[in-house]
Amino acid sequence: MCAMPGNPNRAGGLEAPSVRAGRFTVSVQVNGERREGDVEPRTLLVHWLRDTLGLTGTNIGCDTSSCGACTVLVGGESVKSCTMLAVQADGAEVTTIEGLADGERLHPVQQAFWENHGLQCGYCTPGMVMAAVSLLAEHPHPSEEEVRAGLEGNLCRCTGYHNIVKAVLAAAGATAAARVAS
Amino acid sequence: MIPAPFEYKRAATLAEAVDLLAANGEDAKLLAGGHSLLPLMKLRLATPALLVDIGRVRELSYVREEGDHVAVGALTRHRDLETSEVLRTHLPLLAHVAGQVGDPQVRHRGTIGGSVAHGDPASDLPAACLALGATFEAVGPNGARSVAASELFKGFLETALGPDEVLTEIRVPKATGVGWSFQKFNRRAQDWAIVGVAALAGPHPGVAMINMGPVPLRATAVEEALVGGASAAEAAARSAEGLDPPGDLNASPEYRRHLAQVLVRRALQEAGVA
Repeated sequence: MCAMPGNPNRAGGLEAPSVRAGRFTVSVQVNGERREGDVEPRTLLVHWLRDTLGLTGTNIGCDTSSCGACTVLVGGESVKSCTMLAVQADGAEVTTIEGLADGERLHPVQQAFWENHGLQCGYCTPGMVMAAVSLLAEHPHPSEEEVRAGLEGNLCRCTGYHNIVKAVLAAAGATAAARVAS
Repeated sequence: MIPAPFEYKRAATLAEAVDLLAANGEDAKLLAGGHSLLPLMKLRLATPALLVDIGRVRELSYVREEGDHVAVGALTRHRDLETSEVLRTHLPLLAHVAGQVGDPQVRHRGTIGGSVAHGDPASDLPAACLALGATFEAVGPNGARSVAASELFKGFLETALGPDEVLTEIRVPKATGVGWSFQKFNRRAQDWAIVGVAALAGPHPGVAMINMGPVPLRATAVEEALVGGASAAEAAARSAEGLDPPGDLNASPEYRRHLAQVLVRRALQEAGVA
């Protein structure tokens, strides 16, 4: 993936979008890289990420904003990318599951899912991890109850959630430990 | 699922949004957080010709104290209501209800104005606005006007707002220290309420019901009973009076009437009504 040339004047995303025969040019910071493209206004963010940018780590589950499989971060906050237009993300920062790891080193939440086996089939996992990252950004030290409530928007049909909750609580501890160490 | 094609225009200011609506009439719809409208468009139950995106009109996102009221900008997101110190202090019912809408992802995008203007009888926030006696401010080509919460909801997904009007602000009388409760009965996490109740105690009690008719509505018989000095149980017995709740996969009308009485009693007791 190469970084697309960006126009720094678009960073605020407040000006009128440029029109090209019913299409709009969007410019989005995706996983730290400026990505630009022409989209139809009805293009959903999840389709742009998957089909145009090739970032297929974000899954489509229910496609009705219920299951959370398509969760990504927009401006650092969890969002269901099946219920957002790509044009709404113009000028924003988007993070997908591909953007979490630092090279070979997994993000603390990914590491915790691995170590606690917070998955079975894995289909919900990218969305679950992104929702957990957003949850921990808002509640760095959640109780088990807060983790369960915080993952309300993500459905898992395999695990019964037990190891997922364990993983998020472990990640909260690990994140706190990493912060102390640094 | 992909929405039917539409034209897309982005308004940078409220004035620009009003102009775009005036120029495009009933074919245009406002897009705020998109969490009521986009699901309908994906199912092709809504096929607007033009979306006017007001999601970036920052001037409509705020929570501020104004004397005996709190003014809430229509584009304030549920997450910002939930965490607002002003609301937690003066309108804890509204902050709490915002935190019960959908799930965290929905609350990061959805706005109070979008939820109210959608007029869904199954939504949480319209009920909270009704119970709290809110007033809605709207701006159209002919200027601004106020609509009382009890006058806004006209029919299923239909409000008193014109197609050329933009809901700009929700004004809510402060209810500092007044007892309140929110009861939401659903079968699964993040589901819509099968029946829900938002209740405010005190000298001007407000009791509003979710999913007990075609619109978000007040349980006026319960409110009258409370003003007349009824106990929680006596007032709750009148919860379904004059209401015609729907039947669906989740519940029959009879079950909803029963549920309303149970939930109103719990709500009134939690709000401190004897």
